[in-house]
Amino acid sequence: MPPVGWYQIFWMVVGLLAMFTALATVVLSLVWLERKTLGRLQLRLGPTRTGPMGLLQPVADAVKLILKEDIIPDSSDKAIFWVAPVIVVVSAFMIWVTIPGSEGLVLRNLELGLFYITAFAVLGILGLVLAGWGSANKYGVLGGLRSAAQLISYEIPVIMVVVSVGMLAQSLDLRVIVANQAQIPYALILPLGLVVFFIAGLAEVGRTPFDIYHAESEVVGGPFVEYSGAHWSVFFLAEYINTFAIAALVALLFLGGWSWPWQSAALSWLPALPPVAWLGPLLSVIWFLIKVYAVILVVFWIRGTFPRLRIDQLMAFAWKVMVPLSFYSIVITALYLFYDWPAWTLTLMSLAGLAVVGYLVYRRMMAPVRRVAEVKARQAAQLAERRAAREAAARQGSR
Amino acid sequence: MVESQIDITAGPPPDAPPNAEPVEMLLNMGPQHPSTHGVFRMVLWVDGEKIVAVEPHIGYLHRGSEKLCEGEQYHQVITLFDRLDYVANFNNELVYCQAVEKLMGLTVPERAEYVRVILCELNRIASHLLYVGTIGLDAGAMTPTMFAFRGRERIQALFEAVSGARMMHNYFRIGGLKEELPDNFEQLIRDLLPLLREDVAESDKILTFNEIFLSRLKDVGRISAEDAIDFGFTGPCLRGCGVEYDVRKAQPYSVYDRFDFDVPVGLDGDCWDRHWVRIQEMYESLSIVEQALAQMPGGSVASSLGRRLIRPPAGEVYARAENPRGEMGVHLVSKGADRPYRLKVRPPSFCNLSAIKYLLKDSWIADSVVILGSLDIVLGEVDR
Repeated sequence: MPPVGWYQIFWMVVGLLAMFTALATVVLSLVWLERKTLGRLQLRLGPTRTGPMGLLQPVADAVKLILKEDIIPDSSDKAIFWVAPVIVVVSAFMIWVTIPGSEGLVLRNLELGLFYITAFAVLGILGLVLAGWGSANKYGVLGGLRSAAQLISYEIPVIMVVVSVGMLAQSLDLRVIVANQAQIPYALILPLGLVVFFIAGLAEVGRTPFDIYHAESEVVGGPFVEYSGAHWSVFFLAEYINTFAIAALVALLFLGGWSWPWQSAALSWLPALPPVAWLGPLLSVIWFLIKVYAVILVVFWIRGTFPRLRIDQLMAFAWKVMVPLSFYSIVITALYLFYDWPAWTLTLMSLAGLAVVGYLVYRRMMAPVRRVAEVKARQAAQLAERRAAREAAARQGSR
Repeated sequence: MVESQIDITAGPPPDAPPNAEPVEMLLNMGPQHPSTHGVFRMVLWVDGEKIVAVEPHIGYLHRGSEKLCEGEQYHQVITLFDRLDYVANFNNELVYCQAVEKLMGLTVPERAEYVRVILCELNRIASHLLYVGTIGLDAGAMTPTMFAFRGRERIQALFEAVSGARMMHNYFRIGGLKEELPDNFEQLIRDLLPLLREDVAESDKILTFNEIFLSRLKDVGRISAEDAIDFGFTGPCLRGCGVEYDVRKAQPYSVYDRFDFDVPVGLDGDCWDRHWVRIQEMYESLSIVEQALAQMPGGSVASSLGRRLIRPPAGEVYARAENPRGEMGVHLVSKGADRPYRLKVRPPSFCNLSAIKYLLKDSWIADSVVILGSLDIVLGEVDR
């Protein structure tokens, strides 16, 4: 490593500040987007009053949260209570150090980038458990332990899928992975990986239907129950940054990151445009953001649609469905690489695995419906019987 | 170094055998918990995520309604009944009015009976729609609430047009109704029905057969038909166990014997069956409203009593009706005065809630919320 001079340190600080600002802006946009999307899904308008289309609503929220009294419960363990949100938010930010926004737009590209990201993603759990425990609240403790159980179980499929993507790209460097997808995104080669990663990612950031650790109707916010004001807003910030990170990773690992469709063709006519050096990178970033926001919209859509799983169902789903599926994805990727089969065989194998497991899960979940059909049949029979009896009575009456 | 200030271990539950192990944690749920449906409180002895024992506490909303009734004139009591099951106000008013009518031997104008049936059935739909919303929230889905509330809002707008109030209507009178209906009442309902059918179908579609919802509710909070009867279950909770008992059929009151409707029953007596029964009941209620509208005679809806002070003859009477939550009964004792001597309400929610200790045993913490939601209690009625 070259000696670090003042110059590098200065630019590092500037870069970190820029990243912080960019992420804070993104969080504001996500809050607005989520409220609007959920509103539209729920026959509402969402925020409309603050600013055009309610665009300033998240700003108003942030101001309100920061001005609010920051209550620290008397019986809490003050040090732990104070440090827990810091751990959560720092780990959320640290992930972003190595996530590239385009070819050149990355704070510090690491060759083991994915390894680094998965390592820091787990660190946030520590903060949640500490927050739950330190707030001296039983709901907090329950929520904290739930989050530990949930996030650790879902970390395994995430890592396994990341490994299979790494195998495909022969690298854990996110820029290399994206470069490898210039022709065909991995979503088409390894759809299984996309599905597993997306679902496990939802669980990892505690989004519906896996939001059990801060379930409003059960543990009343879980680890966050005693937090208010700025401390709470820090958790909130971390949650949205994590959601954005998962969406960005989905886009980077499976949707081809910033590579455009027909990229080479596009590049060939791009010089015809005004020859500005930053135009290409800018288009890349925009294209990448479009993909990320599309994934995030799906996350919000799921939030507006599904109820929440129970803890045992959640764990069963992780260990009985997600973990085996992720191991299967490693095995088929290995087979594909070892025998050097054409890419479509991998697609076929992963689709077959998805179909089989999907069918089994569906069958299991919809098992009660068969009994419901029984009830319906019985009811129809009763109804017919009653109707016949009434008609008979009417006939007698008319006679 | 701070001593650990958190001691969450709890003693053994109250009804445990003498040398039982202490339980991991005592969890107080309510009265300010968001999903205890008002101010119900449960103390849970939990072992990790499993519930070992439950101690329910009621009475946070006790207003002494029954005692208050003794101090009010017969007409004034109706306002107190509005506040029992505060999401099914018309149904409450109906039971009370029927009790007094039975005592006085009054006949109600035919048109008033039909209007009562229409309003009660619409109120049943509104109440069940509220249930759909809350069970969705309890299970963790927030969208069904909004869908269900749209339909409920439409019904309440109609109620407001009819009675002048969205919730505490005070519209039924002993022997009739408070005042004539708005001129376009029938047209209002005719406009409302197709919209409402759509709303009901939508709130059915969004939740009932959702895979996650099914897995959360099916086989949770199971109760056998015998146990349910022993606990005094009525209404959708009882019918969910497969018992076909509906006061509207078993002992038809008002003009319910003139309508053709079905009593949906479940199979297993679990949370999902109770949910399904409620959904089906909404369709049946819609059909009852349609039939009532078709059969509705003309004439006045006014009570023959006018606005006079009434003094029913001395005697005792018990009236009952099928409320959205089950059988609501009113036991009325009169000594010939202008106020009831004693009035006792049989609240369906209270009887259904009595099984909570039994239902929650050995379930998950997350289930406790869903089970309570599927019983669909209204604390105004439980505590009175």
